[in-house]
Order: sequence, then C-alpha cells, then structure tokens
Amino acid sequence: MNADAPHVGLFVTCLVDLFRPTVGFAAVRLLERAGCRVTVPDAQTCCGQPAASQGAAEEARAVARQVIETFDRFDYVVLPSGSCAATLRCHYPELLADDPAWAERARHLAGRSHELLSFLTDIMHLTDINTVYDGKIAYHDSCSGMRELGIHAQPRQLLGLVDGLREVPVADAEACCGFGGAFCVKYPGVAARMAEAKCRGIAQSGAELLLGGDLGCLLNLAGTLGRQGAATEVRHVAELLADLTDIPPIGRG
Amino acid sequence: MQPRCHSFPENAARALDDVDLQSALGRTTAGFPKKRLEGIATLPEFELLRDQATRIREHVLDHLDWYLERFADRVQAQGGTVHWCADADEARAAVLRICREADARTVTKGKSMIGEEIAINDHLEAHGITPVETDLGEYIIQLRGEAPSHIVAPALHVSRPQVSAAFREHHADRDPGRPLETPRELLGEAREVLRDRFLAADVGITGANMLIAETGTSVIVTNEGNGDLTQTLPRVHVVLASIEKVVPTLEDTSTLLRVLARSITGQEQTAYTTFSTGPRRPEDPDGPDAYHVVLLDNGRSRLLGGPARSILRCIRCGACLGHCPVYAQVGGHAYGWVYSGPMGAALTPGLLGLPEAWHLPQASTLCGRCEAVCPVRIPIPEVLRHWRTESWRQGRPGGAQRLALKGWAWLARRPRAYRLVTRLAARALRRAAGAGGALRRLPGLGGWTATRDLPAPEGRTFLDQWRERNR
Repeated sequence: MNADAPHVGLFVTCLVDLFRPTVGFAAVRLLERAGCRVTVPDAQTCCGQPAASQGAAEEARAVARQVIETFDRFDYVVLPSGSCAATLRCHYPELLADDPAWAERARHLAGRSHELLSFLTDIMHLTDINTVYDGKIAYHDSCSGMRELGIHAQPRQLLGLVDGLREVPVADAEACCGFGGAFCVKYPGVAARMAEAKCRGIAQSGAELLLGGDLGCLLNLAGTLGRQGAATEVRHVAELLADLTDIPPIGRG
Repeated sequence: MQPRCHSFPENAARALDDVDLQSALGRTTAGFPKKRLEGIATLPEFELLRDQATRIREHVLDHLDWYLERFADRVQAQGGTVHWCADADEARAAVLRICREADARTVTKGKSMIGEEIAINDHLEAHGITPVETDLGEYIIQLRGEAPSHIVAPALHVSRPQVSAAFREHHADRDPGRPLETPRELLGEAREVLRDRFLAADVGITGANMLIAETGTSVIVTNEGNGDLTQTLPRVHVVLASIEKVVPTLEDTSTLLRVLARSITGQEQTAYTTFSTGPRRPEDPDGPDAYHVVLLDNGRSRLLGGPARSILRCIRCGACLGHCPVYAQVGGHAYGWVYSGPMGAALTPGLLGLPEAWHLPQASTLCGRCEAVCPVRIPIPEVLRHWRTESWRQGRPGGAQRLALKGWAWLARRPRAYRLVTRLAARALRRAAGAGGALRRLPGLGGWTATRDLPAPEGRTFLDQWRERNR
C-alpha cells in the first residue's frame, strides 16, 4: 500500500457492529479498493446519536469527546451510515460549540468525517466496481443522509457501475420510513404505520432488492417487509458494491 | 380550548384506530406534495423567492417593535383602533368589549388561528353573543363541536357523509327529504344558511395573514370569499392577529404571497386576497364603520430572543403539515391544541410551555422534510432539538426511557464493557432467532416486534471478528 494513501479511520457504527458486520467488511474492501489505508480503532462504540437526538446534551458531549479522541489522528473518518456521519459532521460542532477545549477539535473532526458512499465518490472518485446484479432494485434514501448531507446522487453513481442493475422508482420516495432512532420505540404505533406505508410503496415498486445506506432504516424496513410477507430482499448498498452477498439478506437467515 | 398535548400518545393511538379519520387522511394528505411540486414547477425563481421571503421574515423579527409601532400608527391615522394584548385573556376581553359597544348579537367569523388560540367563540357564547364561522371548513367543525385539524384545511379530517349528517342535524328547519350528498349540494346549502348570517351580523371577525406596516393594512387570503363578506357587511370589523404577522411593505407582501399558497395547494394565488385599510371612508361604496386590530403576544415576544425564534417566521402555509409523515398518520387533533404538525410541534411548547407540550417535539423522526419545503426555510428539526434539550433538562422523558438512555451512555463511554455486552447480545439474539434470521417477539422491545420482525444479528460483532483477523 502506498504510504501516501489517505489514512481512513473506519467507524463501523454500533448497529453494523452488532447486527451486520458484513457491512463493515464491505466498507473496508471498498475503501481499500479506492486507495485508502484503513484502520479500525478498537475503542469505538457508538457516535452518541441517541443522546444527541434526545437532547441529553451532557451524555452526548461525553460520547462526542470520546469519539473525537479515538478518531482525531486520521486523515478521514468514514461511516457506513448517513445519520451517524451527520452526527459527527453537523451535531458535534453544535454540541461542543461552547467548550473552548473541544470546539475546535469538534469542527476539525466534522470537516473530515464522511458517509461511506459520498466519500467513495466525492473524495476518492472510485469507479472500480466490478459487480453484477441482474435485477430490479429500489433505493431508500435515508432522511439524514439526504437532507443533512445531501446524499442522493452518490449511491446511484456507484450503482450505475453494477452490470445489469436497474433502479425502479418508489411512490413517495422522500417520505421517512418511521425508524427515527428512539422514535420507533417511543411512539411504536405511529412508527409502525409509517413503516407499513413505506413498505407498501416498496413492495408495489416491483423491486426484488431494496438497498440503502443506513442500517437503522434497513432493519426497520426489512423487519416490516418480513412481517408483511413481502418477497423483497433488503441489503446495505455496500454489501452489493463490495460483492459480499454470500450471507442471506437482512432478516432472512 | 383545553390543551391535550400532554396526552399525545393516547391521542395518537385513538387517531390510528379511527377508521373515518384514517380514510380522510389517506384521501387528502398524499396530494399535497404533488400539488406543491406542480405549483413551483411554473415558477423557476421559486428558490430565490424562498430566500427573499426568509430575509423579509428575519428582518421583521430583528425590528419587530419598530414595525409594529409603525403599523399601529398607520391604523390609528386612518381611523382604526389597535388593541395591544399580552395574553389570551386580554385579547378575549378586548373582543368582547368591542362587541358589547357595538351591541352585537351575531358575529360572523372568517378563519383565524388566533381566534382558535384565544378560544374566542366559547368566550362570546358564554356572554350571549352568537359567533358564526363562515369558512366552510370552520363552519363544519363548529357544527361538530371540534377544533381544526389543519391550519389551512380545518375540516380535513371530516368525510362528506359526516358533513351531510352535521348539516341535517343543525339545519333542522330544512326539508328532511332533500338530497345532500354531492359537494355542490353541501356547498349550496352552506351558502344559503350563511347568507342570512352574513346579513344579520353586527360584527365581523377575521384573522390576518399579514399586517403591512407601511400602509396599516391587514391582508387575508381565502378560497371562498367568505372573508370579504365577513369584513365588509357588518358595522364593525375586528382583525385578530399575532404580533409576528407584521411585514414592512406592500412589495414584501407580494413576495410572501407568491410562496404562500404555492407551498401547500400549489396555487399561484388563493382565489381571494383581500386588503383592509381602516374603516369606511366617506368616498367608499361599502365597508365597516369601525376597524379594530387585536394584536396578540401570548408568549411570542419571549421566544424572540431564544433558540426557538425562527418559528416566528412562519407564515402558516401548512406545507410542513402536508409533508409530515407523522401528521399523515395521526392528523391534527392528536397534537392536542390549535397548531399541529411540525410547525405546531415547534411553536406550541413556546406558547403553552414544555410541561404541557413536551411530547410534540419528541413525536418526530427529525426527518427534515418540513424544513425542506418550508417557504421561509425554518429549521424546524433544529427547533425541535432545542425543545428536546430543554425537556431533558426538566426531567422529561423520565422513567424507563431516561434510565435506558443513561445506561446506554454510561456503556458507550466504556469500550471494554461495551464490547462485552454487544458480544453477548449478538450471540443471544442470534440464538433466539434460529434459522429464520429474524425475531418475531422480543420482551422489552414489544413496540418494535408488534408489527415488524427484528432482523437477527449475524452472530459475532464486527469488532470481535476484525480483531481476530488482524491479530
């Protein structure tokens, strides 16, 4: 590996670590293919999004400071999740704005933190995708990634390099899936209806495979599609792009 | 109206079980995003207009006192009267005083959210004055004894058969055998009934979409023309408005009008846009003898200097309600007070306080679609986050949710302990799921597994596997 290669600290995120390690390995493979040197710091846990979203500012700050210490030394921090990347990019600087010892470090980390797919396209200009998928897919643009980070074209740019893959549109594609972190536990009835509405649209789209960049939404959608008995399979987009599709789709085995 | 924001979870559960409401929401809410897109497609400069509208509203908030005084001076110079009201009590008292001075028996009302906020109808009725709503939607919910469920489409939750039933019950003097099903029949009957009321009214009360400082004018937009009859036929016209409604100039008004209706119904403009400037002048062919503006603060000036200030930019277009996935499922009444949807969740805690309204900012996925469509670019998720932070400081949510979050935060700061817990959890969940790959029930996560499976972990955490491979 080239010594000048950008040194990426991979923050796999708590959900990938616990539920879907394959996404982590897919991220490593894609980052290395794009020419990065990848390190996975052992001290990583969670980005603190649950506390930050709940307004538990002290708890969120404590976690944020720990993440900053863990990932300070890298050229880039890359996360296979839009909402976790947005937490580092958008919310750490706000949380620590009034803390003289940490405000600058938070801003510095924010500027170097990226969601995986946008990092691969916008920073690393990756075009080396040699996967085949002969079928129709739907893509779920997660709200945080799409609206806080402006991620929409990037996954499609990479999926456009997959031979045989065709994207089909989903009705009311911009609607939230109802995951919302703790929202789906705090208001389960409302969240369930939102997920059901979303999944009806996905099932009707005719897609055989649903892809997305945020595991929270994908667990919600895969769990709901599974309960509805829909045939649509669900995977994190990195699995397909890295050709790590030997394991069953999310929730299917 | 007695606020019931504190029981949002129960309100929402009722709404989800209400078959009529669900069918009404299904019929109506899906249409708004499409209408907006069609509306803005005809206006290439729409995004620039949004920027301009945002600047106008911010500028007003920067200089609110100055513009309000200018507006009041102009109103008075033209023979009108301005009533400065700190809270709902003062506003109710001011309206009642005006009505009594006019010896009013019947009062017609155009649509006014401030009227809802101060519950003016109840107050007038309690003092022997009959208020009659003249906006069709407001008229329907007045007959049904309900509050509006949408700031622009107040009767959005009511089905046509329900309207028909309300009319048959309340228009008892009409032929019971009459056909009353089609929109035309319903509208025709409402018009006939309301026509007499318009003529009988002593006082007409309207809201105001804007108050123009340079001219002392109040502006209303309607699609029915009821506002015009409400404000020109009676002897006295009362405008109910909150203080942040003021805009500097006529030119600014036109900018705001260009983004207002487009953002929700996709209309270039509403069917009627009516400007009222003072009482009737000698040369005017018609108009009221007296013109009053009741200016309500009710907590808004408190918000002006704080982190929720941007919600005061709101021009009440309803775009955020029309694009909100939570609103689309539960409708407006679940929010428990006058304002619903994202703008309600952002504003209500500021007006009623968090002990009453703390649920509303929580009942959001922070998906941000509201901000994306807001014509004055209010960062609604940011305001909701602010209220959540305040709320957490005050101890809400409490109980198990609070404990769970604190426990998780404790663990997240201890990577070794965290690693141990995730290792055990990944294994246990995997084993519980078996070959199916998903859990259909999980104690403690019943809210999740009631309607969806929980996909099982692969079995070993990423970090464990990574460490092993790179040893």
